[in-house]
Amino acid sequence: MDEMSQILQRAPARPGGWFEFATRHRASIASLVVLVFPLVMPFTALAVNVLIYGLYALGFNLVYGYLGLLSFGHAALFGTGAYLCGIAIVHLGMPWYAAIAIGVIAGLLMAALIGVLAIRTRGIYFAMVTMALSQCVYYLFYQAVDWTGGENGLRGINVRSIDIFGLRLDFINPMIRYYVIAAFVIAAFFVLSRILASPFGAVIEAVRENETRARASGYDVTLTRLITFVLSGGFCGLAGALQALHLSIVPIEILHYDTSGIVVMIALLGGMGTFFGPMIGAAVFLLLENLVSVWTVHWQLVVGAIFMLCVLFFPAGIWGTLISRGRPR
Amino acid sequence: MTRTTVKSGSLSRRRLLATAGAGAALAASPFRINLARADEPNIKIGFPVPLTGPYGAEAQDQVRAGQLAIAQFNEAGGLNGRKAELVVRDDKLNPGEAATRTLELVEKEKVNFVVGSLSAAVQLAINNVTKERGVIFNSISQSDAINEEKDFSRFTFHEALNPHMTSGAVGRYAFSKFGKKVAFLTADYAYGHEMVRGFLEVGKTFNIENVGDIRHPLGTSDFSTLLPRIQALKPDILCISNFGRDQQIVLKQATDFGVKKTTQIIAPLLSHASRVAAGPQAFEGVIGGCSFYWGIEDKHASTKGFNQAFSKMYDGKLPTDYGALGYGGVRTVLEAVKNAGSVDTDKVIAAMEALKYDYYKGPQYFRKCDHQSVQSVLVIKSKSANMKNDADVFEVISTDEPNEANLRTCAELGHKA
Amino acid sequence: MDLTAGARWMTRAAFTGECMAGLSFDLIALQLFAGLALGAIYVLFAIGLSLIFGMLTVVNFAHGAFYMVGAYVGLYLLMLGGNFWLCLVAVPLIVGLFGLAVERVLIRPLYGRGIDYPLLLTFGLSYVMVELVRIAFGKTGYPFDTPEILQGAVNIGVGYFPLYRLFVIGATAVILLGLWLFLEKTSFGLIIRAGARDPQIVRVLGVDVSKVWLIVFGIGTAIAGFAGLLAAPLQGVIPEMGGTILAEAFVVTVVGGMGSIGGAVLAGLLVGVVVSMTSLFAPEMAKVSIFALMAVVLIVRPQGFFGRAGLMS
Repeated sequence: MDEMSQILQRAPARPGGWFEFATRHRASIASLVVLVFPLVMPFTALAVNVLIYGLYALGFNLVYGYLGLLSFGHAALFGTGAYLCGIAIVHLGMPWYAAIAIGVIAGLLMAALIGVLAIRTRGIYFAMVTMALSQCVYYLFYQAVDWTGGENGLRGINVRSIDIFGLRLDFINPMIRYYVIAAFVIAAFFVLSRILASPFGAVIEAVRENETRARASGYDVTLTRLITFVLSGGFCGLAGALQALHLSIVPIEILHYDTSGIVVMIALLGGMGTFFGPMIGAAVFLLLENLVSVWTVHWQLVVGAIFMLCVLFFPAGIWGTLISRGRPR
Repeated sequence: MTRTTVKSGSLSRRRLLATAGAGAALAASPFRINLARADEPNIKIGFPVPLTGPYGAEAQDQVRAGQLAIAQFNEAGGLNGRKAELVVRDDKLNPGEAATRTLELVEKEKVNFVVGSLSAAVQLAINNVTKERGVIFNSISQSDAINEEKDFSRFTFHEALNPHMTSGAVGRYAFSKFGKKVAFLTADYAYGHEMVRGFLEVGKTFNIENVGDIRHPLGTSDFSTLLPRIQALKPDILCISNFGRDQQIVLKQATDFGVKKTTQIIAPLLSHASRVAAGPQAFEGVIGGCSFYWGIEDKHASTKGFNQAFSKMYDGKLPTDYGALGYGGVRTVLEAVKNAGSVDTDKVIAAMEALKYDYYKGPQYFRKCDHQSVQSVLVIKSKSANMKNDADVFEVISTDEPNEANLRTCAELGHKA
Repeated sequence: MDLTAGARWMTRAAFTGECMAGLSFDLIALQLFAGLALGAIYVLFAIGLSLIFGMLTVVNFAHGAFYMVGAYVGLYLLMLGGNFWLCLVAVPLIVGLFGLAVERVLIRPLYGRGIDYPLLLTFGLSYVMVELVRIAFGKTGYPFDTPEILQGAVNIGVGYFPLYRLFVIGATAVILLGLWLFLEKTSFGLIIRAGARDPQIVRVLGVDVSKVWLIVFGIGTAIAGFAGLLAAPLQGVIPEMGGTILAEAFVVTVVGGMGSIGGAVLAGLLVGVVVSMTSLFAPEMAKVSIFALMAVVLIVRPQGFFGRAGLMS
């Protein structure tokens, strides 16, 4: 993460500069973009997917971009949130808001479980453990056919209408569905921004920069890592729950390591360790996939090649490169 | 949908070349979108299929055959002049992607109907999206689950066979001929279990002895650890219930291990593409089921007609089993639209339920309680000698004629009377 | 699934020759052999992965793609009219050369940038390689016939076992021997062993480390290609064939110890046998069992059987 650190270490611009303004109001800016987003997307369902994968990447980014730990098992957090939200609705008959809450809690708990087992390992080993553990989760959910539907996936997450304070919203309507989901994503932005701006946020960055010094300063590095991982699970769990509601199904593929790989690509593409990066990465990735798929069935070639180019020449991702070039000195 | 009007004299050459180039690209692309000239919007049929991934070839076949059905409908005048159009999308064999594509088709493209896909999980995902929005979905992929009450809706139709029917047909043929000791090698997922259930059901009437059901995880590339165990059971018949690459690999390895010397191998479903991919050696002597084989044209005039039309449109190629499903799936919807005289969903549902048809393989109709197409099942064997042409890879050794008794009962599936 | 019950069965069966569940000693032995053959492919694949990680500290996510390319190169050579024995020599050479090019052009620029970048690059590379093969050879895959001489089964005392699988075990043994001789008896091998133990010293001693890394990457990928060729008659070739074995090979390299050849061998055979035996008692748990094994090893003894402790901090 040396290069990433270098980029982020360039001190914030003098007060009043646009960058400092953007950082202070990042959640609001992101929220504004989200509100007008569906107007520029080819179709609303894609815009919703961008929100969901963007949120998933935001959660991942907390661990990789801000903390510096590469995890190849985040699909377990995303997928568990999705499945438990779905199970709450299909098998337990719970209302939508309770199901979303359950999805978030599931993400937190699964992250705690994986985190406790994995957090003492370092570097590449962390990536391997998280991958192995998330594959275990995949196979376990696969076998629990009565709850999860196994290979056929979980169907029947049919939320037709959302009742809020007496107002009945038609969830089937694409625009309404988008804005309901966007509301949750926006809430997540603010929560994330608060976390990063808090003293704990500073500790996270300290641990990434120089673990020994952080420990010497009295911070419990292992606990910091674990808490960050758990928080990440909360965001990914929320993203999963929203995905379940959006598609009305949960496919078993959501727990496969391919899904872990996708979020790694999205985070890198957008720019790790930045606030807007993950969302931008999700938008670019999904748009590309959508557009390229129309003209050629070989979209994986294009995506893979772009990803390699980013790793070689633009490791800070799209947003990271933009801000490092455009930042006022 | 665009209208190409040419005003003489005002078209620059560059414009013309660009348009021609775009037109050529479109025509060459796998999505030959019909450019309509009617004033009314086209009747749109959404067609999500896995163009990317290991079943891309089968999916392309489905698209081709679906386009044939559309072309025949349009050439016959459409719905009082209103033409139809196939809106093809790639679902990447992923249920999540399929759900997204279906949302696009329904919300943005505003398709009237959806026909597709290729895997059980994917069609169930598509079905969940379409039924919530009141759009008719005619599934052209095998699944037992889609007939069941939980997933079913009045908008759901199933043109394809289900595992129960295919395993039943093959079981009825094999259990009477090759012996009573039956072993099972099954892919450990819903589809595999459904096939075994079908075999066991049929086996009851023949008093077979189930000597063992060995499960393997989906995507197994090495069966060497399971085959010795199977051979130790000394079965007369080995039912291998899996699909696609798993099936190709296990047949090859079973051949290597010499299983065929002592045991008759049967499979509920043998596909044309798998036979071609795995080669004659692996499939030699294997008996299985399928929904369609071009070779039955000697028996049914409709098959001959279908084969000829397909060959004419696609340079002499013959349709495969998947292609036929694509054709049947789209054509039944369009015929129902013609009979109903409208695209109104309720009217088309009623028309489909009333449809008695013979479009490509003999008589068929949709059963009322679960909209399952009652149809024949072919029992086939691989052929490697005396082949009439490149596509002559199977011989039909028996046929299960259309019979509701071969399906699971409505009550069994959870439908109230 | 109670494996101790299985162990008790096995010992009883070994003495009585037959037991109530129908598991005879012969069957167990056959199953073991099958596990060894399975493990042999894992071993070849994992050795390359382990070598590359041990020397370059690069996790080669594209290793599965190189394996797959080896199988396809073999297929192509056979289509051109070659024979299998020719392929055994040509395939590793061709794939190895390709590996050299990849290291030089794509991976070398990333050294010093942080441990994750080569991993990420090879991850993207695997997508590209798989798709290129799809474009060149189609999506459906091809059957790959076992060479005539090696077809059929032989009686190995406990039952009939496919001849080709015995060949695979044999070929693996030969490669391992060759590799051992190379590492132990040549000066270049000495540098590799030293470098695996302590990269800094090697550099300090004036060796051109970048050339060493280049060659190691080439050797590692060449062996992967060879493994792919050996595996082709077992399961045919499809573009996706590298994916599953990669995940399972990570298990092997982690359990054996990243950077340790001996560890890779032992762990590879162990994983093959574990999969084989769990298939006997509870096939659906076979996959979970190896990932669970990997997780346990990583938590309890992260360096695996023979890896260096504290390797990746």
